[in-house]
Amino acid sequence: MAIDLPRSRRGSREGATDGRAGEDRSVVAGLDALDEAPLLPPRSGPVRVFVGSVLPPLIFLALLVGVWQLAYVARIKPPYALPGPSQVAQTFWETVQDGRAFDAIWTSLSRGAFGFVLSLAVGTLLGLAMWASRWLRAAVGPIVSGLQSLPSVAWVPAAIIWFQLSNAAIYTVVLLGAVPSIANGLLSGMKQVPPLFDRVGRVLGLSTLGRIRYVLLPAALPGYLGGLRQGWAFAWRSLMAAELITYSPKLGLGLGQLLNIGRELSQMSLVITSIVLILLVGIAIELLVFAPLERSVLNRRGLTATR
Amino acid sequence: MTAHALTVDSATAPDATAAPAVSVQGVSQVFTRGGPPVLQGVDLTVAPGEFVCLLGASGCGKSTLLNLIAGLVSPTAGRIEVSVERPALMFQEPALLPWLTASGNVELALRARGVARAARKAEAERLLEVVNLAGQGGKRVHELSGGMRQRVALARALAQDSSVLLMDEPFAALDAITRDVLHQELTRVWAEQKLSVVFVTHNVREAARLGQRVVLMGSRPGRIVREWRVDIPQPRTIEAPDVSALAGRITRELHKEISRHGH
Repeated sequence: MAIDLPRSRRGSREGATDGRAGEDRSVVAGLDALDEAPLLPPRSGPVRVFVGSVLPPLIFLALLVGVWQLAYVARIKPPYALPGPSQVAQTFWETVQDGRAFDAIWTSLSRGAFGFVLSLAVGTLLGLAMWASRWLRAAVGPIVSGLQSLPSVAWVPAAIIWFQLSNAAIYTVVLLGAVPSIANGLLSGMKQVPPLFDRVGRVLGLSTLGRIRYVLLPAALPGYLGGLRQGWAFAWRSLMAAELITYSPKLGLGLGQLLNIGRELSQMSLVITSIVLILLVGIAIELLVFAPLERSVLNRRGLTATR
Repeated sequence: MTAHALTVDSATAPDATAAPAVSVQGVSQVFTRGGPPVLQGVDLTVAPGEFVCLLGASGCGKSTLLNLIAGLVSPTAGRIEVSVERPALMFQEPALLPWLTASGNVELALRARGVARAARKAEAERLLEVVNLAGQGGKRVHELSGGMRQRVALARALAQDSSVLLMDEPFAALDAITRDVLHQELTRVWAEQKLSVVFVTHNVREAARLGQRVVLMGSRPGRIVREWRVDIPQPRTIEAPDVSALAGRITRELHKEISRHGH
């Protein structure tokens, strides 16, 4: 028996040393086997995933469209203001077929991605600087946190006056929207690193840079990821606001501009189509980029309670 | 100072003539200016290859003394000399980095020591074998039990390749069976690698089970009250009569020391 420690040891004292070492090893192996972290419940099958997380939003969506159809039939608003689901579906399909939908998505998404990467670089550097310098944190911290709650659309008039109707104006607004979230996310992630980890780095004899690179930054990753996710959401919102206002032929056709066309033509079905497209991009980025990234980071650290 | 000359174990007897592994001379420590001293006039010498247990009630400053020896804090007064540049240190918590595997944690210590990338993997595997974790290097920290984590931490401490190992109540959070096993592992590794160990604990039996010398610390201010030479040869067991008898004597002394503060 693996647990019968005293007897096995007492016997071993008189016995040969090899026998004792062997017994100790088997006790260790038995303990390890018994002590292993409890197995997680098995991953749910495709049917359960479908019933559990795909079906509910689909049912809710169907209900929403049903209510919409009822409102349309009841003529709560005149048809030009509230078109029915079928009309919107038709406009949606036309927009997809004539390529405007993909053009607009591509224009906005590439703009958003570029703006986000720019914000990532600036926000990360700002976050690191704020972490490293107590003075900078005290000086800049309140403004950065304040900027987080300032709707970045407020910067659009200023950006247009500085940069006219140009991409530079759009990126200015995106940066001012995303940088504070990313910097604050990194900073709070680094502040939440248990001091014990830093002591480990010191005890092992890592240099300051080594401790940042191998201990602090990886430890801060979950908080940083949260900041990135919020930063992207803010960048995307700011981009839509900027595109909606800075309408100019030389800026190309983004989703915000598509939305503006719908408003100027008083074509409500195009307005709704644009909103749906903006929403779809947001959901796709969340499901395809941030959710898997976060899951893999948390899983690796054993931080997820359920899979 | 009382000697318990039961049997002299010449194989593990510390070499008193060589330069000490750790030398603490007249060390005092004050954390707040003008505040009460946490340590006062502490003298402690650890010979190369010696296993010393620092025993005391919680709050007596034994962890502070260990941090001073580790060089994480500088003493307010006194001198501390350690024979190696950087002693290895184990905490009460395994303190493994959760984004790395067991092997990755050991490899980080090797990287800090400047071991070439190519050699790290094999060396980490060898060290995990030393603590009976052969083939478990690929596991994530959260997949390991408490005892296994503490063994990975021991492997990481060994990866520092320091002849001085400082341990701060490393087994306090473990269950009795696992602790028994780790006591065996530690004494085996200590003898094999000829380490000098300073082992902080508040568990009298653990101190009597492990140490060649048990040093009792008193509280407020933290200072050394008494010490015992333990000549019971290893391998000992925690329930062996001579170990229990010694633990009884030390406990009485500890109780006397603690009750001085009750008035």
